[in-house]
Amino acid sequence: MSFVLTCPNCGPREVTDFGFGGEIGARPSREPSFRELNAYNYFRANVAGRQREWWYHRSGCRAWFIAERDTRTNEVHFTRLPDDEDPAGEAMVPAGSGLAGARRERAAGTRGWDLR
Amino acid sequence: MTQPGERLDRGRVITFTFDGKPVEAYAGDTIGSALFAAGRRTFSRSFKYHRPRGLMCVSGSCPNCICSVNGASGARACTEPAREGIDVRHVNALPSLEHDAMRATDLVGGPFTPPGFYYKTFIRPRRMWPLYEKVLRHAAGLGKLPATQPEREWRTEYRRRHADVLVVGGGLAGLHAALAAAGAGADTVLVDEGPAPGGQQLVTGGSRELVGAVRAAGVEILERGSALGYFDGLVPVWQSDTLHQVRAAQHVFATGTIEQPLVFAGNDLPGVMLASGARRLAALYAVSPGRRAVLATTSDRGLQAAVALRDAGTEIVAVADLRPETSALGRSLRAAGVPVFAGRTIVEASGGSVVGRATIAALGGGAELSFHCDLVLVSGGALPATSLALQAGAQTVYDRASGQFELSELPAGVHAAGELARARCDEAIAASGELAGLRAVAALGRDDRGRDDGRHDDGGRNDGRHEAARDVVRARIDELEARSPEAPGELALAPAVSGAGRGKCFACLCEDVTAKDVSQSIDEGYDSIELSKRYTTVTMGPCQGRMCQLPAVRLMAAETGLSLGSVGTTTARPPWVSVPMGILGGRPTQPARRSAIHDRHRELGAVVRWAGDWRRPYHYGDPQAEALAVHEAAGLIDVSTLGKLIVRGPDAGDFLDRMYPNRFSNLRPGRIRYGVISSDAGRIVDDGTICRLDDETFYVTTTSGGAGAVEEWFSWWLAGWGHRVRLTDVTQGMAAVNLAGPRARVIMSEVCDLDCSAPAFAYLDGRQGRVAGVPCLILRIGFVGEVGYEIHVPAAHGVHVWDALMAAGERHGLRPFGLEPQRILRLQKLHILVGQDTDSESTPFAAAMPWIVKLDKEQDFIGKWALRHYAQRTPATSLVGFTTADGDVPTEGAVIVDETGTPAGQVTSSRHSPVLRRTIGMAWVPTALAQDGVAITISDEGRRLQAEIQTRPFFDPDGEVLRS
Ligand code: FES
Ligand SMILES: [Zn+2]
Repeated sequence: MSFVLTCPNCGPREVTDFGFGGEIGARPSREPSFRELNAYNYFRANVAGRQREWWYHRSGCRAWFIAERDTRTNEVHFTRLPDDEDPAGEAMVPAGSGLAGARRERAAGTRGWDLR
Repeated sequence: MTQPGERLDRGRVITFTFDGKPVEAYAGDTIGSALFAAGRRTFSRSFKYHRPRGLMCVSGSCPNCICSVNGASGARACTEPAREGIDVRHVNALPSLEHDAMRATDLVGGPFTPPGFYYKTFIRPRRMWPLYEKVLRHAAGLGKLPATQPEREWRTEYRRRHADVLVVGGGLAGLHAALAAAGAGADTVLVDEGPAPGGQQLVTGGSRELVGAVRAAGVEILERGSALGYFDGLVPVWQSDTLHQVRAAQHVFATGTIEQPLVFAGNDLPGVMLASGARRLAALYAVSPGRRAVLATTSDRGLQAAVALRDAGTEIVAVADLRPETSALGRSLRAAGVPVFAGRTIVEASGGSVVGRATIAALGGGAELSFHCDLVLVSGGALPATSLALQAGAQTVYDRASGQFELSELPAGVHAAGELARARCDEAIAASGELAGLRAVAALGRDDRGRDDGRHDDGGRNDGRHEAARDVVRARIDELEARSPEAPGELALAPAVSGAGRGKCFACLCEDVTAKDVSQSIDEGYDSIELSKRYTTVTMGPCQGRMCQLPAVRLMAAETGLSLGSVGTTTARPPWVSVPMGILGGRPTQPARRSAIHDRHRELGAVVRWAGDWRRPYHYGDPQAEALAVHEAAGLIDVSTLGKLIVRGPDAGDFLDRMYPNRFSNLRPGRIRYGVISSDAGRIVDDGTICRLDDETFYVTTTSGGAGAVEEWFSWWLAGWGHRVRLTDVTQGMAAVNLAGPRARVIMSEVCDLDCSAPAFAYLDGRQGRVAGVPCLILRIGFVGEVGYEIHVPAAHGVHVWDALMAAGERHGLRPFGLEPQRILRLQKLHILVGQDTDSESTPFAAAMPWIVKLDKEQDFIGKWALRHYAQRTPATSLVGFTTADGDVPTEGAVIVDETGTPAGQVTSSRHSPVLRRTIGMAWVPTALAQDGVAITISDEGRRLQAEIQTRPFFDPDGEVLRS
């Protein structure tokens, strides 16, 4: 794998500068059933095509940002900070916030546990 | 006589050794040129037959001169610069290059090593294969791996280089391409793998000025660098012990062509050289390649070399020019008295260990002519070096006129220049280089590869400011494109093989594959080039097909009756040059992390070891005594490696409540609580202590290894939630030491301005005060089980505070202690080490910490749902302490077995405890067994140990000491 990703803070960098945070998905907004919980923890959509995903600029500004990437070609369509407006005009957050009672109801994505 | 392209500094003599014997060289010599000048003709023994092999290509493109330099094998003598004192050795000959015992495989001859020989002959009986393999591995192969780890050490520098234009190949075309691109304002990198940029111009010294101009234009030239491949727009360039990862928007490939050998009987004898190789030897290194030469050529390329060598003093005894009529150049040679035979080629080179005679004949047979000579020059056509372009997605087609596989379709962002773009004469090559360079510039920003179109424009180069310059570029492109195409020079197609039946005709020198072997493989049904490649291994050796791809295709075509075009070529795969594994996989030169107090530990005699990225004192000579000192007096350990995060903001308490299964919002300022971070799957991720400094500020410590991951984890959730919280990582900014032991309080009182009495500064209190005058954060926690103060101090004052504590503690028996004694001490308390005692499956319940999970917490928290589920289930295994009956210390990782001998658990930690005078440990055991006094069996590398479970800490189980 080799491509360039543009950190919204730092600019274009080799992908190896970044940590991959997985595809963006919603954390259940209410207590899930055990089945739903396992699906949330362990299942991924794994789309072949355009995907919204989290990236972390590990060897740079250490900010999390969102990228839309084509998983087949590694073409990156855009990157943006979580608070920035979405170029595609999509609500960034799939419905429902992760944590009931969080100050701003915005879901974080799911991701696996292989932090590094 | 000084040669036109000479690279020698004759004023500087250097000495190196070859197989232990001294060799003299001039500065500028390669190992190969110096050895050749000293009379050496045999440089290696071949892969299978152990035949002597000598210099052939003198460009690093064949396998013949592979040697080892200072223990690292795989160097090419003909390109590796001679350096003072290096230890050069031959490879693959026993006992010496001159007398190789394995030569019998060649002389006995017969079908000893036909293709597929290993598979066919040695696979039965199966049980004997290991033995056969041992013998074969010894007989075949090139070079030896160094036996010991230090000899294998290889540090690689990695460098990333983003550029507008990357030009690969520093010949005439590449130089002009780089000049044009840089001249039009593009940030340009040029890679050249020759001894210096110049390509074929090097032999005449004609490119020096041009190279100067390219440099002056601001082009970064990676000299003696090899572009290894093309990976989605990334081109790794190997240069000495650096791997440049070059990513350019546009690529110009000016990799030229590689002169091809001819396949005839005895074509591998030392003294048979590529015409261009012999010419390089003479022109660059002033070495006479031979006194009497016979040339066999298919085009003017060979004749040009012969003319140059003649000027340098080599007698050209005869020329076999395969073309029915020789060219003007051939006629002028003839006029100068050189016998030039048109329509002939070489059929055999013969001699002992070097060539002594060459025989030429017409292809159809007929009269033969034989000449005494000590050099045979061959020039069997040219192979365009298309590998990189093909990897980038280009196609090739067979071109009858040039007899070559030429590039046809180039993907966007890829440009071909020079001979790759079918230019032949110098003028056309230069123009095609310039054109490619300008096209690359014109395409910048239009079809850049490998760059995303993020908002960050790279410096506004394409924003219209250079419109005027671009018009000039376009006009010049039009002008160059309008030039009439060049007629290809006349050439004859080399035969697949000549002189078959007279002796071994090698198609592939690397793998010792003869023309006969290829024919045989076709007879056996391997009748496509890709199949034959895999069966005979032709093109799979160190030359990467440079010398054998075309011969193999020709043989295949001749045998099958197909055209060269329909036989095709094998897939071009990286790497383009054989590259040391160390370059690809070597440990990068990486700065070690050291605590601010590191030098002091060294002075105290610390045994320092790696702990993750850190260099840490493992102990100071006697870990057991250091552990005892903590119990009997006091100990001091550097814990600066702990991750340290300041979590601050109005929502900080709420945030931590969500990140940890237990509560922090109700923690009073000045108090400390232990926390375990769990995932949404309920698994333990990290642990540490959290001290509330004030209403809005928490000081969070993490494990040493988990510091980065926890910061990532926290900031990721923050990115989604929008809490009013700021994270500040102070891991590097703060040093930390832990003072622990019965005398710790007394020592503390002497250096600290706080009241350190038990009621005033109780267990789990966190206070800000001064230690030795330095403002510190002092945490009363007890990882090691004795009364302890973890003192966090700005890194710059770390040594000062350490020294002050050591001085104050001297009369109290204070000793420094390292990581190993700390591990003993914490094991006595059954304090877990995340990652050592837990893994990615461990939950707080199974790890015997149910008390840390507050399922009644009103807010949601990460892991709550999963933990609620696990709270209702009995885990399959549980983490417990154990002690062995006879004091044996089991290996960490040893297996717990049940009565039937089936593995049922695992030892995670084990140590001898000096204060308890017995062996203690932690292990995962079936939950049914996780009770005090239960006997378990440990199977440890063949021995069986009896152990007894203990679920409470071995030392101070009720924490009375800690709280005192
Ligand atoms: S002679 Fe050195 S690689 Fe060919
Ligand atoms: Zn960044």
